Amino acid sequence: MLDAIGVASIDDLFTDVPEAARLDGLIDLPTKQGELQVERALSAMASRNIAASQAPFFVGAGAYKHHIPSTVDHLIQRSEFLTAYTPYQPEISQGTLQTLFEFQTQVALLTGMDVANASMYDGSTACAEAVMMAARVTRRNKAVMAGSVHPHYVEASQTLAKYSDVSISVTDAAPADLDAVIAEIDDTTACVVIQTPDIFGRLHDLREVSRIAHEKGALVIAVFTEAVSLGLVEAPGNMGADIAVGEGQSIGVGLNFGGPYVGLFACKNDRRFIRQMPGRLAGETIDADGRRGYVLTLSTREQHIRRDKATSNICTNAGLCSLAWTIHMTLLGEKGLTTLARLNHETACELADALGSIPGVEVVNDSFFNEFTLLLPKNADQVVNELAHVGVLGGVPASRLYPGRFENYLIVAATETNTPEDIAVFAKALAGVL
Amino acid sequence: MGMNTQGRPTRMAGNIAPDNLATGGYADTISGSRGLDQAEALIFERGAMDRCGVDLPEPKGLKTRLGGQERKGEIGLPGLAEPETMRHYVRLSRKNYAIDLGLYPLGSCTMKHNPRLNEKVARMPGFADVHPLQPASTVQGAYQLMGELSHWLMTLTNMPAVALSPKAGAHGEFCGMMAIRARLDADGESNRRRVLVPESAHGTNPATAVQCGFTVDEIPADKTGRVDMEAFKAKLGDDVAGIMLTNPNTCGLFERDIREIADLIHEAGGYFYCDGANFNAIVGRVRPGDLGVDAMHINLHKTFSTPHGGGGPGSGPTVLSEALAPYAPVPYVVENGKGGWELVEHMDDAEGDPFGRMAAFHGQMGMFTRALTYMMSHGSDGLKQVAEDAVLNANYIQARLSHVMTAAFEGTCMHEALFDDRFLKDTGVTTLDFAKAMIDEGYHPMTMYFPLVVHGAMLIEPTETESMSGLDRFIDVLEALATAAKEGDTDRFLAAPVHAPTKRLDETRAARQPVLRWTAPTDTVEAAE
Repeated sequence: MLDAIGVASIDDLFTDVPEAARLDGLIDLPTKQGELQVERALSAMASRNIAASQAPFFVGAGAYKHHIPSTVDHLIQRSEFLTAYTPYQPEISQGTLQTLFEFQTQVALLTGMDVANASMYDGSTACAEAVMMAARVTRRNKAVMAGSVHPHYVEASQTLAKYSDVSISVTDAAPADLDAVIAEIDDTTACVVIQTPDIFGRLHDLREVSRIAHEKGALVIAVFTEAVSLGLVEAPGNMGADIAVGEGQSIGVGLNFGGPYVGLFACKNDRRFIRQMPGRLAGETIDADGRRGYVLTLSTREQHIRRDKATSNICTNAGLCSLAWTIHMTLLGEKGLTTLARLNHETACELADALGSIPGVEVVNDSFFNEFTLLLPKNADQVVNELAHVGVLGGVPASRLYPGRFENYLIVAATETNTPEDIAVFAKALAGVL
Repeated sequence: MGMNTQGRPTRMAGNIAPDNLATGGYADTISGSRGLDQAEALIFERGAMDRCGVDLPEPKGLKTRLGGQERKGEIGLPGLAEPETMRHYVRLSRKNYAIDLGLYPLGSCTMKHNPRLNEKVARMPGFADVHPLQPASTVQGAYQLMGELSHWLMTLTNMPAVALSPKAGAHGEFCGMMAIRARLDADGESNRRRVLVPESAHGTNPATAVQCGFTVDEIPADKTGRVDMEAFKAKLGDDVAGIMLTNPNTCGLFERDIREIADLIHEAGGYFYCDGANFNAIVGRVRPGDLGVDAMHINLHKTFSTPHGGGGPGSGPTVLSEALAPYAPVPYVVENGKGGWELVEHMDDAEGDPFGRMAAFHGQMGMFTRALTYMMSHGSDGLKQVAEDAVLNANYIQARLSHVMTAAFEGTCMHEALFDDRFLKDTGVTTLDFAKAMIDEGYHPMTMYFPLVVHGAMLIEPTETESMSGLDRFIDVLEALATAAKEGDTDRFLAAPVHAPTKRLDETRAARQPVLRWTAPTDTVEAAE
């Protein structure tokens, strides 16, 4: 090969590298190892973690433990899906493109919206992008976020807006009802951002805030972190929201210690909206023989065409996770999703009854889906650590998300994966550490 | 139309099923399928609301506590049974090209083989089934993995800090440019808002710069395909925040003057952001920290072989220099001095002055496990060979094709070979046509029309995981196609592809009359008429 190229050695191909930066030997890192050795080393690391399936598990706050049908993981490992890239050549990418079109449709149906994109990185970045999109659509620069939106979502939005002309005001997290948000809406407001179920698990009716926001010319962004909830609770699009964004992880995507997940992004069918959407869109068309097919479309919004005028810098998105999501949703269908959602809610009701009957423990929520907040008689962070020592993963202390606040509040989630025995063990352990 | 051994026509006469076209099938068979090329309608056309492929127990019928927020009305999501689901997606998968099917020379995307050990490790319950907000005592292995990955990335780049949380390359660019902006603001340099970006840059670079409140000033390329140094120097000034430079650049060339560029931008008071999309060409052989880089993202899905998954997920850890390290985003892991690890996840707990949080939780753990598996498998020696073989393969392609295709620039290249469309002049064949003809030959086309500085660009990145015999077959095909184009065999190109699952798709129609989701056909009176 070197002869064909006309050089004497590999080194001759690196002569453009400045001499000072050419390394003589190897970088100081371990040398190659076989599969067995690597697997052994990483297995040892994995065994230092307690997996959700190994303990009674009630941790939520933005990521949820659900059962994923075996079919999902098998299908996403098909080489044709796993080792393909962005469908830039549609004639040999119809598999990816049609699944994206199906994904977009399912997301739109689930959220009660008209259009959805082909995914964002995760719920938090989808939320941040929605705030920026609302500012572009309304040509206003003030965003109001409810304090009960997941604090990581608020922080991700603040980061994206940090050096733009968009300012974000966040209402107080407690009591954080929608009145505080409504009070902030004025003629300069681009959008209000409300999460339901919120970080404490409470459900919100968006109709009133939507009516007031729309009167003032502001958009309503609805956020959700638990997609399964939409099988049982009203869709944001049916309550007046203009944009719905959320985390899709709980359908088809595992916990994965926080990522990769799949951001869902949907909006109403308004030309102004679609032109300002971030991310990829798959669209239907026909081929030269008149057969239906799919392509990536409206890419004049995107960075590879519009460069410094793009609606977002996003390129790679959550591809394979959106495939997992759409496969799981197809397996569930309407019947499966509504049943799954009801099972989650019923398990949470039983958990609330079991924990709420412990002396000194109060369930804070008036309403919830599969997650709620407890007020404990002692520091929740300490409680969580003590529970971990007895083998129970008992939720997220609210102070972990709101440093220095809500120190006795514990956010707990229940899903279809929790058995009556799990609940009994948790209740006994919690009573024991209080 | 042919005849079979019984002397009967093998094709149905006439358009038996023109409706097939509307659901993506062929018109010349009854079913819309052609043998193994099976037509597959949308799930909305196949599924049913009461069909379900998951076994779930019956709910008990408890009274709800939804505060009156119960959904009213149907969602409209059809389901499929498990075997139907399996067929639907397997059939669709067969309409995709993939690395596992053949050479995927998409320049700038580093489509290399994805070892399956990475998949196995990522699925270990101790990594895949762990929640990001579990107590620290229950996730020490996960923190350790993040620490180990950080060590590998910092050592390979000779940089003192790394932020793991960016979720893709563009998100990593955002991380690096935010750190630069934060540093400038901390130093009171509020006038520095202009970022220099070569014309050949990825579109993400200018989009990112604007997202951080900067303006973009483009630098032209010189005739060797590298930064035009005179133009670059002329653009330096006290309003310059920095430069975003891809190295090796998008023309597949190492920026020879990179040290001087770094020195000049630093002397001018700016910072050097390096787009690490092409790190695969130099990993193990050159450390960006030795080139004067202040920030660089690393696409784990390129250099470290986490699968591209049809467009993601990616992961874009970003290494930072001493000057920028204090501004790194939260969260990050640190050793706690007691043999364990802890996570710093709040701004107030950080030692420096983080510019913020980029996303929920701690980053793309599923990509971290795969990338570390890949790094440990290859080691410092194997990674060096990765770069060498990637560069060798690209040069082999460039050398062997230069007599029939036109290399955009003289001299050897790094990990990708860039051709322009001069060899197609007066043939009536465009870069697009040429690419589509490659599809008929069983190959995924190269990156087309990028970088923008080259007319009709064809950017070929074979990666290190192609054998010489595989490259020879690919080269033979491209050579024959180039010859065919020059000899006037234009029909082969203009009609292409004819052997793909679809013919050319009408992208203009898709954009002019956007259909972005399925909607139920409305009942019309046409049927009755």
